[in-house]
Amino acid sequence: MAYPAKLRVWRGDATSGELQDFEVEANEGEVVLDLIHRLQATQTPDLAVRWNCKAGKCGSCSAEVNGRPRLLCMTRMSIFDEDEIITVTPMRTFPVIRDLVPDVSYNYEKAREIPSFTPPEGLEPGEYRMQQVDVERSQEFRKCIECFLCQDTCHVIRDHEENKEAFAGPRYLMRVAELEMHPLDVADRVDAVQDAQGLGYCNITKCCTEVCPESIHITDNALIPMKERVADRRYDPIVWLGNKIFKRNGA
Amino acid sequence: MTEVERHNYDVVVIGAGGAGLRAVIEARQRGLSVAVVCKSLFGKAHTVMAEGGCAASMGNANSHDNWQVHFRDTMRGGKFLNNWRMAELHAKEAPDRVWELETYGALFDRTADGRISQRNFGGHTYPRLAHVGDRTGLELIRTMQQKIVSLQQEDHRRYGDYEAKLKVFAECTVTELVKEDGRVAGAFGYWRESGRFVLFETPAVVLATGGIGKSFKVTSNSWEYTGDGHALALRAGAGLINMEFVQFHPTGMVWPPSVKGILVTEGVRGDGGVLKNAEGERFMFRYIPDVFKGQYADSEEEADRWYTDQEGNRRTPDLLPRDEVARAINTEVKEGRGSPHGGMFLDIASRLPTEEIRKRLPSMYHQFRELADVDITAEPMEVGPTCHYVMGGIEVDPDTAASTVPGLFAAGECSGGMHGSNRLGGNSLSDLLVFGRRAGLGAAEYVESLDARPSVSEADVTAGATHALAPFDGPDDGGGEENPYTLHTELQQTMNELVGIIRKADEIEKAIDRLAEIRGRIRRVTVEGNRQYNPGWHLAVDLRNMLLVSECVARAALRRTESRGGHTRDDFPQLDAQWRNRLLVCAAADDQPVPAVDVEVKEQPPMRRDLLELFELSELEKYYTEDELAGHPERTA
Repeated sequence: MAYPAKLRVWRGDATSGELQDFEVEANEGEVVLDLIHRLQATQTPDLAVRWNCKAGKCGSCSAEVNGRPRLLCMTRMSIFDEDEIITVTPMRTFPVIRDLVPDVSYNYEKAREIPSFTPPEGLEPGEYRMQQVDVERSQEFRKCIECFLCQDTCHVIRDHEENKEAFAGPRYLMRVAELEMHPLDVADRVDAVQDAQGLGYCNITKCCTEVCPESIHITDNALIPMKERVADRRYDPIVWLGNKIFKRNGA
Repeated sequence: MTEVERHNYDVVVIGAGGAGLRAVIEARQRGLSVAVVCKSLFGKAHTVMAEGGCAASMGNANSHDNWQVHFRDTMRGGKFLNNWRMAELHAKEAPDRVWELETYGALFDRTADGRISQRNFGGHTYPRLAHVGDRTGLELIRTMQQKIVSLQQEDHRRYGDYEAKLKVFAECTVTELVKEDGRVAGAFGYWRESGRFVLFETPAVVLATGGIGKSFKVTSNSWEYTGDGHALALRAGAGLINMEFVQFHPTGMVWPPSVKGILVTEGVRGDGGVLKNAEGERFMFRYIPDVFKGQYADSEEEADRWYTDQEGNRRTPDLLPRDEVARAINTEVKEGRGSPHGGMFLDIASRLPTEEIRKRLPSMYHQFRELADVDITAEPMEVGPTCHYVMGGIEVDPDTAASTVPGLFAAGECSGGMHGSNRLGGNSLSDLLVFGRRAGLGAAEYVESLDARPSVSEADVTAGATHALAPFDGPDDGGGEENPYTLHTELQQTMNELVGIIRKADEIEKAIDRLAEIRGRIRRVTVEGNRQYNPGWHLAVDLRNMLLVSECVARAALRRTESRGGHTRDDFPQLDAQWRNRLLVCAAADDQPVPAVDVEVKEQPPMRRDLLELFELSELEKYYTEDELAGHPERTA
């Protein structure tokens, strides 16, 4: 049944802002984004919010609800008590543009720094052969809808602006893992993931995995295996010794 | 003088969905400088919503498949109104476009021997859709997004700047195309973030803006689908064809109300799911139309055998083309056999083991669990028709994607002709790739052929700015103000109720009257706040495009006095062979910001003989007039 829900929404821009309280009608089956839209249509026509698909597929409506990173379109009102105040704020890790819309350009910059898919030379289109079991590892990571909630929650950059330069964040460390696990990719990103993407900053607290709306096992399936690959290459004493003696290329 | 940020590019692509990105890749690989402008963040375009797959007759799942079979299926799906040259190019080139994506890094699901797996879909004779579970669109968009990043990395190595030759202008809306001497000279718009104006000086624009679904209340489309490309082209002097054909996808969610319209992939039926009414009857067997008699199973037993033996059995009518299934559901509900929330039941739970459902349809499982508290592995889904796709769009040359306006190209959903009166599922993603590439190529060749570049006049820039800012000023006569959200809701109601899945002359006329009234009120739309990321203003600007395309749909729908594909007239319920070859072309009647719409009839050129011969005469007789078939070899022999 319809009831008046209590919404507390952050409004402002890069210079200043504040939490504002609203009472908005909520109906059966609705999600927080529905209420934000009703707020726009009835009380605050210029309230800024990003959204697209409203079905959890595009990753546009990322924000924080009661402090937790969430997709507004997948946050059911029914998880809250009817008299509970629901606080909606923009993702904190990125600079705010206006209201619930942050500047997420950091992510697009990091994406550009990862060496792209590199197929074997001479393999023609139509000749690609891969087994399902082999593509599934990377397919899990390609479920990513780039909502950037994992980036938002990651404590390496959440309150440490200074780490942003050296750290690509879980989404892009996972992108490296995806390419490294692609059955046909021939490039080597193991050194770069440590030196350029800053894998060493991650201390596997699994916060990214917890907030992932696609339930991707970011830490277990992407970050830890990448850490193991780095450790194998850099810190395995036998490999180290072998490298010293034989001066292997690429190590 | 209006303060405006200026950029100069060889080609500007508007829209960053599948078609836009493929056009960008092609034009950049031809050596040109390219800008891609999109209303959302990069990688969020509506293509991510495509679930089932991308149709291409690679023959991996059934070696009998080839381009001729795909071509025939496409023409049948569109009830022979398709631009046959587009359907031919599409069927021939789709496999190459899919294989190409693998070289960009795409990871499709695999067959046992390691090739790309292909799934069944409505209207496709063989399993034909390359797919990744039920998130194929996401794979396409991400793959091409990442290909664009790799092209930028090449530019970075060569020029020291990622954006030297290819730049993404995200959250930027184009509101005007600017011409000089009848040719495209630029595109004018604003940054959503700041509200500041931006001008692209360019001799070639590729429109890849998608569809018009936001003109309807129940739709699977996102806010971006406001017919921008359709409207820009119309205002620039291009024609829109087939605007009366709007596809209502048979299976959208119907409950809860806030998710009504969200898509349920056809892959559910392709993988074995069946439609049932409230009495538990698999009703689709009663709805096989005459033109498809003999091609579909007429018993449940045969239909069920077909999933494992396609040579000895005919396919289930659950997989008839979308227009047929949507109409059938509509009738069942109307006759009182609907589900509790006014839809039909779609049952996969009793057809496949739990694990298999979760593996093949992960996002459907997730979507129903999260949004409707329904476990699709245990209970049926409730589904009903939702506005999904517009077959109509900008009239283009099939080979080059050029519109009638020099320098203006279009690809994907905003172009028209390819799908005729009804699109087959899976033919959209392949359409984006085939014609996205052709548009990129067409634009590149056009630019290379130019001796001199057109220039943008200052007057056009000023006019564009004035037009865009009008909603801040309010009505110039001091009269009552209109709220863009309210007006949008009224427009959606009008289209949904009066020009929806089933149409009648008096209802369409009523819709045209209401649209005229909205047209009067749209001038009074007033927005609050400033220009910085202001959704009320953005809607006010987009609303004009929605109104314009709605008028095109309504006026064309009134003219076409027959039922075909995505256009069903209650007062003219039959297919009329006299209409098969006639296109309705919408054109702007004046140069107002929201121009009046003229509709004219135009005949399509007859199908090339070698293509016509791919069909049995007995099938053509169901669609063609006697005169048209007089010269058919089977008749003259």
